[in-house]
Amino acid sequence: MASDGGVSCLRSSEMLNVGIGGMEPPPLDLDEVHVLAVDDSLVDRIVIERLLRITSCKVTAVDSGWRALELLGLDNEKASVELQRLKVDMIITDYCMPGMTGYELLKKIKESSSFRQVPVVIMSSENVLTRIDMCLEEGAEDFLLKPVKLADVKRLRNCLSGDVKLSNGNKRKLPEDSVTVVQASLPPPPPTPQPSLMTLSTDSSDSSPPLSPVEVFSSPLSSLGDDDVLTSSPECSPTPEESPIRRQKMGSPGLDQ
Amino acid sequence: MELVQMQKSLQDYTKSLFLEGVLDSQFLQLQQLQDESNPDFVSQVVTLFFQDSDRILNDLSLSLDQQVVDFKKVDPHVHQLKGSSSSIGAQRVKNACVVFRTFCEQQNVEGCHRCLQQVKQEYYLVKNRLETLFKLEQQIVASGGVIPAMELGF
Repeated sequence: MASDGGVSCLRSSEMLNVGIGGMEPPPLDLDEVHVLAVDDSLVDRIVIERLLRITSCKVTAVDSGWRALELLGLDNEKASVELQRLKVDMIITDYCMPGMTGYELLKKIKESSSFRQVPVVIMSSENVLTRIDMCLEEGAEDFLLKPVKLADVKRLRNCLSGDVKLSNGNKRKLPEDSVTVVQASLPPPPPTPQPSLMTLSTDSSDSSPPLSPVEVFSSPLSSLGDDDVLTSSPECSPTPEESPIRRQKMGSPGLDQ
Repeated sequence: MELVQMQKSLQDYTKSLFLEGVLDSQFLQLQQLQDESNPDFVSQVVTLFFQDSDRILNDLSLSLDQQVVDFKKVDPHVHQLKGSSSSIGAQRVKNACVVFRTFCEQQNVEGCHRCLQQVKQEYYLVKNRLETLFKLEQQIVASGGVIPAMELGF
């Protein structure tokens, strides 16, 4: 199932194979949402991956910001090679991670020309208003409080469905410079949920074996137990819980327990 | 024991775990993610949690036994345990971790030692309870029955 290094994902190069040279194009589901999930906690990675799969997303789960950047082709200075870039519809990342925080990852994504339009969602176990504000100001699409619930992910999924239209033209909101098969380029519409186009299905029988997380392990840089864990991520030091939960940006406010 | 009796026992047992606060609603969230295509999802995630936690608790014991305690090492471990216990709904473990972190913040070694004991106690409790719960489920499945859905009438 996995192509290289245990990463399962759609690559732009696969998209290019469609309709070339009179060959029968391989079945390609341009409407399938692909999410890159980033979390250093194994338990949380398994859970978020399952949450996303059960809401009909393809998922690539990695355990560090560095690994995420590597997959996105953003990890070095040289000009990115289009064909090797990952096709990603959403990135969901934990905030508190050793080495590179979710906030730092967010910044790097928003600084890139190819991925800045990809919605980035931050997850955190700590409800800190300044942290939430900071992330939203940096361009995060949404901020989820951990533990993440099915209703949270469904809400995100609904918003994404609004961008991926199930029409003949297979139009979708595209990152500016990515390689694409679709000739027409749409101006990106605001992400309004469109209930009639929801492809929500709880049918998660995508023939994946039980609990087969796509695990990509990080470089040694981000291994836990580094002495500089706290100093490199000052925002992750213990903070007192603040009471009001900030109203989240995407869609309707999350369901209360 | 009859199948119906086993199912009732399981429901009562599960309910008691919620009433005692050993588990919280996040555990129910995990159960929602289990279906025919992933019939062992909950026990698999919980098993990973146990493995992870055993390791963390071991590291914590070692860290706190040092001559000079390095709180920069201790706190991330507690943070991690707090996160994973929260993700599976192990409420009392999570709460014990919250207290633990405040003592880390204060760099209070004595307090941290006490907290570690408390966390371990809660952890072994939830581990024991969940292992029992999974055994009950296995007995039901082995007898050809289905695991009853949780009734949330409490």
